[in-house]
Amino acid sequence: MTEVTGIKDYIKPENLVYSKTRLMTDNILHYCPGCGHSTAHRILAEIIDEEGLQQDAIGVSPVGCSVFLYNYLDIDWQEAAHGRAPALATAIKRLNPGKVVFTYQGDGDLAAIGTSETIHSCNRGENFLIIFINNGIYGMTGGQMAPTTIPGMKSSTSPYGRDTGQMGYPLKITDIVATLPGTYYVSRQSVHTALNVRRAKRALRKAVQYQSLNRGTCFVEIVSNCPAGWKMTPVEANRWMEENMLPYYPLGDLKVPSAETSVIPDNKE
Amino acid sequence: MAKIRGSIVVDIERCKGCEICMVSCPTGTIKMSGQVNGKGYFYALPANPELCIGCANCAVVCPDGVITVYKTKI
Repeated sequence: MTEVTGIKDYIKPENLVYSKTRLMTDNILHYCPGCGHSTAHRILAEIIDEEGLQQDAIGVSPVGCSVFLYNYLDIDWQEAAHGRAPALATAIKRLNPGKVVFTYQGDGDLAAIGTSETIHSCNRGENFLIIFINNGIYGMTGGQMAPTTIPGMKSSTSPYGRDTGQMGYPLKITDIVATLPGTYYVSRQSVHTALNVRRAKRALRKAVQYQSLNRGTCFVEIVSNCPAGWKMTPVEANRWMEENMLPYYPLGDLKVPSAETSVIPDNKE
Repeated sequence: MAKIRGSIVVDIERCKGCEICMVSCPTGTIKMSGQVNGKGYFYALPANPELCIGCANCAVVCPDGVITVYKTKI
């Protein structure tokens, strides 16, 4: 494997500040250049590794671009039918109450075909973590309009932009689940800049820790890009996302546990 | 005051040339290569390695995790 190096004198093991986590396998990610899925996978792998949960984590991989997620993270996986990941995760968690169970779903999976499973599992307060990647489009099947496509956004089935009079309004499913009493921690993050990746990692770490308390569903939405589906370069797609999607899907915690019930210190990066 | 110097190692065969590391580098260390790797992507490389401060922004945003960062005080 060929590598290009910077100044060689500094490249020593004791100077290492960042390298790919060992929990990620050596398979090359099949995603398009600049895809937010890859970054989300990496921060998830880093958290599982740093929290020492490799033996205890069970993931449910979705249908969509991230269907091959089980090839990239070296933990236990189940593959669910389209949209049914929360139903499968419910079964896994009820049979293995001590495990850390999470689902990883895209917007077509979670907010279209799986709306019922998502809302009802959050309403039942099932004790698992849902990671929701929202890029406003069906990326894998050719960039069709999704429930989360923002008004005016072009897709292959709304080539003049989403007309809300004809096609309805985007579904803010994270806001919906935040109103349900069964959810414990609900947050919306993004992974398009270094600052946002660090914030997303902090939120995801909190969600993993809260999940192990078994006090309700944790839900983390990651607003992501789709450079291929949006027909932009990755840098343009990130800029477009910041200017158009983030005003519609504002970042931040939507529901945090009250101080009495929370036992996790807030300062850990 | 000690100066902080950094160095990055790019795994060029895994790099997909998305340029996100280039725009997130605060010092302009990273540029895209004029040559392509085995997959046909213009890969990232530290064109100005003496500017690197080891902040790891490039590695944190890199979708494919191809960048390893080293940092030291001199």
